[in-house]
Amino acid sequence: MTENWQEAGFGLYVHWPFCAAKCPYCDFNSHVSDRVDHARWATALQRDLRYWAERTPGRRLSTIFFGGGTPSMMAPETLAAVIEAARGLWTPANDLEVTMEANPTSVEADRFAAFADAGVNRLSLGLQALDDGALRRLGRQHDVREGLAALEVSKSVVDRVSFDLIYARQDQTAKAWETELRQALDLAGEHLSLYQLTIEPGTVFARRAAVGKLRGLPDEDRAVDLWNITQDLCAAAGLTRYETSNHARPGTEARHNLIYWRGGDWLGVGPGAHGRLSFGTARLATVAHRAPGTWLDRNETTGSGTESEDALPPAEVAEEYLLMGLRTRDGIDLGRLRRLGGDVDASSLGRMVELGMVSTSGDRLRTTEAGALLLDAILAELSPIEP
Amino acid sequence: MTTDLSRIRNFSIVAHIDHGKSTLADRLIQETETVALRDMKEQMLDAMDIERERGITIKANTVRIDYKAEDGNTYVLNLIDTPGHVDFAYEVSRSMRAVEGSLLVVDSTQGVEAQTLANVYQAIDADHEIVPVLNKIDLPASEPDRVKEQIEDVIGIDAADALLVSAKTGQGIRETLQAVVDHLPAPKGDIDAPLKAMLVDSWYDSYLGVIVLVRIVDGKLRKGDRVRFLSNGTVHHVDRIGVFRPPMTEIDELGPGEIGFLTASIKQVRDTRVGDTITHEKKGTDQALPGFKPSVPVVFCGLFPVDSAQFEDMRDAIDKLALNDASFSYEVESSAALGFGFRCGFLGLLHLEVIRDRIEREYDIDLITTAPSVVYHIHTKDGEMQELHNPADMPDLTLVDHVEEPRIKATILVPDDYLGDVLKLCQDRRGIQLDLTYAGPRAMVVYDLPLNEVVFDFYDRLKSVTKGYASFDYQMIGYREDNLVKMSVLVNEEPVDALSMMVHRDRAETRGRAMVEKLKELIPRHMFKIPIQAAIGGKVIARETLSAMRKDVTAKCYGGDATRKKKLLEKQKAGKKKMRQFGKVEIPQSAFINALKMDG
Ligand SMILES: Nc1nc2c(ncn2[C@@H]2O[C@H](COP(=O)(O)OP(=O)(O)OP(=O)(O)O)[C@@H](O)[C@H]2O)c(=O)[nH]1
Ligand SMILES: C[S@@+](CC[C@H](N)C(=O)[O-])C[C@H]1O[C@@H](n2cnc3c(N)ncnc32)[C@H](O)[C@@H]1O
Ligand code: SF4
Ligand SMILES: [Mg+2]
Repeated sequence: MTENWQEAGFGLYVHWPFCAAKCPYCDFNSHVSDRVDHARWATALQRDLRYWAERTPGRRLSTIFFGGGTPSMMAPETLAAVIEAARGLWTPANDLEVTMEANPTSVEADRFAAFADAGVNRLSLGLQALDDGALRRLGRQHDVREGLAALEVSKSVVDRVSFDLIYARQDQTAKAWETELRQALDLAGEHLSLYQLTIEPGTVFARRAAVGKLRGLPDEDRAVDLWNITQDLCAAAGLTRYETSNHARPGTEARHNLIYWRGGDWLGVGPGAHGRLSFGTARLATVAHRAPGTWLDRNETTGSGTESEDALPPAEVAEEYLLMGLRTRDGIDLGRLRRLGGDVDASSLGRMVELGMVSTSGDRLRTTEAGALLLDAILAELSPIEP
Repeated sequence: MTTDLSRIRNFSIVAHIDHGKSTLADRLIQETETVALRDMKEQMLDAMDIERERGITIKANTVRIDYKAEDGNTYVLNLIDTPGHVDFAYEVSRSMRAVEGSLLVVDSTQGVEAQTLANVYQAIDADHEIVPVLNKIDLPASEPDRVKEQIEDVIGIDAADALLVSAKTGQGIRETLQAVVDHLPAPKGDIDAPLKAMLVDSWYDSYLGVIVLVRIVDGKLRKGDRVRFLSNGTVHHVDRIGVFRPPMTEIDELGPGEIGFLTASIKQVRDTRVGDTITHEKKGTDQALPGFKPSVPVVFCGLFPVDSAQFEDMRDAIDKLALNDASFSYEVESSAALGFGFRCGFLGLLHLEVIRDRIEREYDIDLITTAPSVVYHIHTKDGEMQELHNPADMPDLTLVDHVEEPRIKATILVPDDYLGDVLKLCQDRRGIQLDLTYAGPRAMVVYDLPLNEVVFDFYDRLKSVTKGYASFDYQMIGYREDNLVKMSVLVNEEPVDALSMMVHRDRAETRGRAMVEKLKELIPRHMFKIPIQAAIGGKVIARETLSAMRKDVTAKCYGGDATRKKKLLEKQKAGKKKMRQFGKVEIPQSAFINALKMDG
């Protein structure tokens, strides 16, 4: 049966692959380059949009998200041109959400107003820590003072502001995190992203960890304590966890990210961007060339930097819905999962319910508070094993 | 035409593992131009994949070569290349029954080892002439004089005429052939007497059916003859006779002293019995040859398909392998933890590994192997004795009067420096020292040990405590009563039958402790805590608790890219396939054997 993907909206993700420096924990598609030809990139991004717009006519665009890398290093004109183009190519929703990820250095903060003028109405700031020592260890380009100043600027130029913190850092005690988080909650507007530090393969941190030079990372028990503190304080402050690492006052969730988690459609342009586009019953997974040079080259010779587009097998569509959807507080609709051709393993479901990891009400399946921390293990249980 | 007895020499090539038997056989084949040079390959008699891969001989192989001797006459030499590993000692012993002499190969860089001794004793038992061959003299580490002395001291045979050989370079090969003619006796036999042939070996060939290796003692065997197997009286029509050069080469007849094969439309190896006497249906003899002691499996373990849907495939695979290897036994076993599988008996651990590898590779079936065990004799209160092949089948203790276990006599040769460690190892394994003698800087220790302490990892431990310098051989010596109990293992309060084992009561606590500690490492954490216990009867003797997993979640799922999450999930699911659900707990397949590995 046909799925109404647009129920969850249609979003546009634009990837800007450049940063001022590479952070040692980061495995995003980000590159340090001092020769970025902004005009050329502006043209190329618009070209890709046109390429895809032809194949997705008549859609109502509900969100745009500039992610990176460091999109706050984009020229405001580029940003303006891309937003402008998108508004022209699709029908923008009245409440079109336009988010930009921004690094909180003074250089960038100086341009926040220009970004807002270009059409950005939501800023997500990479504050990462409220402790200078921690920021240094994370290899960040800003200190606390500079970060907080950038936060003030953000609040003055757009209504919707969120910021990111990385916790469960080296040598971070429960007490220290509690203090830091209380401070963050005082500063927070409607939305906060709180990520436990993950050592990603291929990063500087991973290499250091491999030779035993990344000391003081929390063990499991401490990580759980830190998580619990996070949940308690955020709940008390009215910032509900609506996804594994995202908290918002009800009604102010990041609508763009909800598209991913609710199995909606989005177009991904820019180096390494992923997209999901439904056409009737088929769901296309698109991936753009990762290397900026290659992406640009393909874009200029063929009209798009897309590397591959593959129809996802129904089982995978269902699996994605399951594993993305269970990240959210709202969970998934088992009926929809089954309509997609998927299911959960019935006996495992029974066991997970019995263990208090998930709960069901009608066709809704959600993780419990305890289950949210064990999601990956729960998914391995629920996801049916093919013979 | 049959060959004159005086122009025949039959011999086996015996040695400790890796001393160069198969390579020597290559050179003898090459020197006599039995095989064209371009068709030669290394250790050409080791034809099975598993033999070539591991570089060892498992199955004895017979070759007939023609040698033009110094006296100008051509002699027919039948050589049998034998395996060196102790598990296949049975192959050596029956090969020896078919020949009159042995080439005792000793690696001149290593000297006399445990299987060298074991083989010599067997050869002496079989009344063989023995010609010592010092091999690998091309190597700088070769010490022929020292090794000669050792042969004389330790084995007590004259080594003055020992041949100096390099099976690698070909040095000393002609001298070896000539020595065979000069020093080994010609076979005896009466061509006019009724046919009397010894069934030496048999195996299955997919084209020809069962191939029977025979040694003619008296009389003549011709193609087309009707023959009778004395053991069961069955009569067969001989449709093919031949010899190995090494490929099967058909001839018309075989006379006394000759070794060759016959085929007779026999369907199963089980229809033939090694050691049997073959005679003509009419005017045959009724005097049977002494026969061989049958080989008995001594190590038992459960083999289960990982994917229980493959049980029938596995049955098929085992049936086929059994066609060719009468020395392993099997019966269906069902386990609450592992489903349906087979309880199999083997000649030793290497034999077990070989069979398991073959099932996995040749038939593409992943297997779970349970802990190897031995056969216990359970004497019940009503005076009955039953054999226990599987600890899970141990009768209720109240019914048991006493339990006997198999004991072995183990011979270990070890450099003096490591002697202390070896003695400690044997002592720890409930050994009783029988003898301790020295041959130069090496000690020879003989221990009476319980087989169950040896089957699992004794050999690995021995190798590790002696840095590989010890050699080991053993023989079964019989059953003896001891204080043996069944130890069961409970995971999350439920007994896991596949982990139960027989232990000596005095060692039960230690083993139980080691077992639960190991399992705690081997079982991944679950969402709840899991008690792991070892118990005798209803009494818990060791306990560990595996704590619950508390956190397992990907913090960030960026840009809607589910690809990595999916990969992670696929990996987790692949891991789950390697698990066995047991109650609420998943136990990795490898745990069933790894739980037994002890460090002491
Ligand atoms: N240098 C040297 N190496 C040799 C000689 N003879 C055998 N080898 C090597 O020793 C190893 C063992 O040789 P094999 O002929 O397989 O020994 P084996 O006694 O048949 O071994 P099993 O059948 O497993 O008991 C091989 O790597 C041979 O190449 C020799 O005269 N000189
Ligand atoms: C695309 S990234 C960075 C955006 C922006 N360039 C910045 O650095 O502020 C989005 C967020 O992911 C989080 N993040 C990145 N790598 C992480 C890691 N290894 N562990 C936990 N969180 C991480 C950080 O909080 C970061 O702000
Ligand atoms: S964390 Fe942000 S600023 Fe640092 S390298 Fe990654 S994308 Fe760039
Ligand atoms: Mg060999």
